[in-house]
Amino acid sequence: MSGIQNITAFVKRHSTLPVLMVPIIIAGILISLFGSRLLIDVFTFFCISLSLALGAQMIIGNGGVLAWTHVGFVGIGAYVTGILVTPVSVKEMGVPNMYPFLVDLQMPVLPSIVVAGLVAAAIAAVIAYPLMRLNDFASVITLFATLVVIHVVMTQWDNVTNGPRTFFGLPQWTTLTIALIAAMLAIAVAYYFRESGLGLKLRATRDDRHAAAAIGINMINVRYLGFILSALVAGVSGGLWALYITSFSPKAFYMAEMFMLLAMLVIGGAGSVSGATAGAVVVSVARELLRQTESTINNAHVLPFEVYGLAQLVMAVLLVVVLIWRPSGVIGGQELRWPLFKRKDRAEDAAEQKLAA
Amino acid sequence: MIDLEFLISTLSLGSLYALLALGLVLVYGILKLVNFAYGEYLMVGGYAIYLSATYLNAPWWLTLIFAVLGAVLVSYLTELVAFRPVRSKSPNALIITSFAVSMFLQNIVLILISSRARPVSLPAFFSARVTILGATTPVRNLVIIGVTVVLLTALSLIMKKTVLGMAMRAAADQFTTTRLMGVPANVVISAAFVMSGLLAGVASIFWVSRSASVDPLSGAAPLLIAFIAVVMGGMHSTVGAVVGGYVYGLIFNLLSITLPASMISYRDAFMFALVVLFLLFRPEGIVKRGYTEERVG
Repeated sequence: MSGIQNITAFVKRHSTLPVLMVPIIIAGILISLFGSRLLIDVFTFFCISLSLALGAQMIIGNGGVLAWTHVGFVGIGAYVTGILVTPVSVKEMGVPNMYPFLVDLQMPVLPSIVVAGLVAAAIAAVIAYPLMRLNDFASVITLFATLVVIHVVMTQWDNVTNGPRTFFGLPQWTTLTIALIAAMLAIAVAYYFRESGLGLKLRATRDDRHAAAAIGINMINVRYLGFILSALVAGVSGGLWALYITSFSPKAFYMAEMFMLLAMLVIGGAGSVSGATAGAVVVSVARELLRQTESTINNAHVLPFEVYGLAQLVMAVLLVVVLIWRPSGVIGGQELRWPLFKRKDRAEDAAEQKLAA
Repeated sequence: MIDLEFLISTLSLGSLYALLALGLVLVYGILKLVNFAYGEYLMVGGYAIYLSATYLNAPWWLTLIFAVLGAVLVSYLTELVAFRPVRSKSPNALIITSFAVSMFLQNIVLILISSRARPVSLPAFFSARVTILGATTPVRNLVIIGVTVVLLTALSLIMKKTVLGMAMRAAADQFTTTRLMGVPANVVISAAFVMSGLLAGVASIFWVSRSASVDPLSGAAPLLIAFIAVVMGGMHSTVGAVVGGYVYGLIFNLLSITLPASMISYRDAFMFALVVLFLLFRPEGIVKRGYTEERVG
């Protein structure tokens, strides 16, 4: 009896998880059964984007740290996976300058992805140690500078990354099922992180760092740990992404991609896992529709020039509109719960939503 | 190695960077906004030269005026349309807005013009070489030093002698108090954006003259330079920005001649590593000024 009560209590308390997961799983099953090739691709890519966005939400949403570096850690994860998984012969041909010991490195796919996450987390641990002490302007500029440094290293270190050229030859391992499982795991990780003691402390430092310090929260420590965990998720997601895309260049881990991630967080609401999930849905759907529109326009030759960049243009406008109209995002700072419109702690949510803005 | 030629090229590079940094700091000082769209004002300036020269057949001096006007206009419009409504929200919202504005401007140029670089024709005397005291240098290097001296003098006179300048300085120190004294916030902020656009416009002329072309992404590099210069010089004062610009020019030139050829491509990474070190060991920059940004630890 008490077992059942425990389960009910657990579900009641964490109803956010089924509320977010069940629709996505149902959509995934329906699409994999009846969907067209294109729809399956779009959904798989959405699942990967979701895990990228949720990784970013962990530190940007909870900590209020504008971690521009996130997309850089995704890149590190992608390259590590690429080096570990790509067959030796393909590496010899594709990355002629690669260090011999890297060429010989080989690992099965799953451990490779784990290693990718760990490497990203280790690099994050080294570079974030000084960075997390900074605030405001200094924090924004240094994190941005760090992304630039990561990008420069990726485009120049051709013994590892093949320089600015394409790194290719990865097997296509990430399927809809794997991406879906990864996305569900990401939701769970991001949710439990947000609800954990560490996540709570991180949110406290975001809302009022002086008050947080007054109750004994070490802001540098909690930010530091949050940053590393977020990088770990970024690295793993980067590995999955690489095993889906199979060829990529450093361009894929720079401003434009970071902008899409930020758009997901801002449009849905960075403060909560539900917000980031909703943002990922909106951005993925909008991006695909705009891409279709673009190619339709270009194929019909109604305009005298080719249209590129429509997706980013519209996303930029959407982002500013959301920031003006509802700065905490469409969902806001609170988590969706079951039943959806009957929240006990409405006052608490409202307060949080205000602060998350 | 350190001769007159080096001195002139460092001074001219430093002047360009000082203009860039100053434009960024003017807005940051008042609004506490790290303006990611600042580089795009320069890009717009470059396109203004290209468009007016190609489609209007404007003489060179008119294209330069268009460059400055274009940058000023875009700077003012972005303030009006994007930054003003978000202003009262959180600082992060403001920064993300500026990033979105930057993306918007890049992509609108991409869609309306092209992703390919467009040639920008500047008057021939710009790149003509002259010899002074044994040092050979393009004329534009001397022009930019002169222009920067004039602009800096004019700006400091405006800041010190006019009511608007005083209001801006007061707003940079204590914005709320300044408003309570009856200074209209919108006017001060708009003025900062107009001046920022003006500096970006002037800088864009010299920026595009170095590569003689402009493309949608050409705002990124000057933005990064402005960031670094501001951090090194000190982000709380206009003097700091100018000093930072010149110091950046000096370090950049020194790195260019001292780094081995194989490491040159990592120069940006070195510069940014330097910024991170600066922020850690001297967060207030070279020029210290009363209030400094709070650090967590």
